[in-house]
Amino acid sequence: MDKQELKRFKKYATRIRKHIIDEVYHAASGHPGGSLSCTDILTVLYFHEMRIDPNNPQWPDRDRFVLSKGHCAPALYATLAERGFFPVEELPKFRSIESFLQGHPSMKDVPGVDMSTGSLGQGISAAVGMAMAGKLDKKDYRVYVILGDGELQEGQVWEAMMAAAHYKLDNLTVFLDHNGLQIDGKITEVMSPEPVVIKFLAFGWNVIVINAHDYEQIIDAIAKAKSTKDKPTIIVAESIKGKGVSFMENQVGWHGTPPNKEQRDQAIAELDAYLAELEVE
Amino acid sequence: MAENTNVNAVKKIATREAYGAALAEFGGDERIVVLDADLSKSTKTDTFKKKYPERFFNIGIAEGNMMAIAAGFATCGKIVFASSFAIFAAERACEQIRNSICYPRLNVKIGATHAGISVGEDGASHQAVEDMGIMRSMPNMTIICPADAVETRHAVKAAIEYDGPVYLRLGRLGLPVIFDESNYKFEFGKGITLSEGSDVTIIATGLMVHEAIKARELLEKEGISARVIDIHTVKPIDKEIIIKAAEETGAIVTAEEHNMYGGLGSAVAEVLVENCPVPMKIVAIMDKFGKSGKPAPLMQEYGLTAENIVIKAKEAIEMKGKKRL
Repeated sequence: MDKQELKRFKKYATRIRKHIIDEVYHAASGHPGGSLSCTDILTVLYFHEMRIDPNNPQWPDRDRFVLSKGHCAPALYATLAERGFFPVEELPKFRSIESFLQGHPSMKDVPGVDMSTGSLGQGISAAVGMAMAGKLDKKDYRVYVILGDGELQEGQVWEAMMAAAHYKLDNLTVFLDHNGLQIDGKITEVMSPEPVVIKFLAFGWNVIVINAHDYEQIIDAIAKAKSTKDKPTIIVAESIKGKGVSFMENQVGWHGTPPNKEQRDQAIAELDAYLAELEVE
Repeated sequence: MAENTNVNAVKKIATREAYGAALAEFGGDERIVVLDADLSKSTKTDTFKKKYPERFFNIGIAEGNMMAIAAGFATCGKIVFASSFAIFAAERACEQIRNSICYPRLNVKIGATHAGISVGEDGASHQAVEDMGIMRSMPNMTIICPADAVETRHAVKAAIEYDGPVYLRLGRLGLPVIFDESNYKFEFGKGITLSEGSDVTIIATGLMVHEAIKARELLEKEGISARVIDIHTVKPIDKEIIIKAAEETGAIVTAEEHNMYGGLGSAVAEVLVENCPVPMKIVAIMDKFGKSGKPAPLMQEYGLTAENIVIKAKEAIEMKGKKRL
């Protein structure tokens, strides 16, 4: 990958991560861990891959994105703001009564949000409906989803996967944010959905396993998904919950806990240091 | 009988059949998409499927998935009809309807057939008696419960024209056609006065409109003048017609094939107590599950009859001017 392009991704992702920390810090609630784990995927989708127009969020031919793990709204909002759908100044008002930034994504409130989510398992079904509509209308837009790995415990996810394979939705690409943690602990201890790859294959999907924080791998996987015919693709993205903030990485406690002032400052300092490093490179 | 009804018609048509026929009739609109969950032969969406197979999608036995898929279609400009039995539509897929359809106010119409105990032989597991209460309590949801085939046809047309969620409550049982297509007028959210009356008003929905019409005739024989109102749109309910009836007749009886909580009786009571309190009686299922049997004896056993409406009408009249009965 071009070095400048790689640097661009890193910068956007780091800015998004800073926003995430500040959103949950100011709201004194929200979900930093899973937001940080899917940040790099969102960065590639919104700053490289998706056919979108921030000035025309309802453009009928746009690519769609559904955050099925809707609690990671801080990451989606930060990405949309950085991409120009609304001012970044709105982000610290996340979850407050004077803001349109609802605790979970609301399509009628937030420009750029294609589907209201938050209740796990439903977003992927809605994305299946969007992909079916695209096929019916013979449109070439694509539909992207980020699914949580704990979310796999919802039976509806498997109903949606069955339907997507049945209707040969090759215009649908799902990222599994496979960070291995959910509120009550490790997914393998709470209620294991493993082995996921074999299950996805058995459900008739094209399956690609990547590192969720490697931009080149994300881009390659999307390219493979786009060239796969008659099958939906799931990209099993091996991720680190809390990625980018040292003390949050792989810590189950940071699923839905906001940082205090000191923790916030430390997280921002780490991310600022990384941004400075990028400038020097 | 009122001029615009014809109770003597012999041909019986279930509202689910009229629903399927209307989908096929109005299905030429390319925006219309019909989804079903393996019940298309029973919900009658197969009538649409035969005519427009490219816009019919079977989602299999997965009602929650179907509702969220319907929502996804709707975000792409489609007018989506998602059908199943009322018990699986309103109740199995309750939260999907709430979060994926009502909250974003998406253009999804839920064609819920086999509502109420007139489902008959299948028994309580398949007889939704709570669905209107559940749907009524969701913001952005609307409810239409048509009384016959003609009203159903117009309800489907109105649902297509309305931009937002609609719950269409439909039945399995064949019913006489009471309305005349040539002069029937459907207004979303407006009740229809089927006959004028001055002593009491019977407000009914769905198949209980038929019983209300019979009850009016029985009351007339006893010298009691009963007004009959058909409330096809249970939400938003026609407040004006209810308040006017309370003011002019001073007593109200509601009749519905639904549990006594949350349905038409509750909706009318809410309007009355806030605007014009008058004696009121509810003819409904008395907080019980249904059971297997032929529809007619079941309706008898559960008190969903003209005779029971007559009893309740007299009680309501008796209460006029009294603090309690």
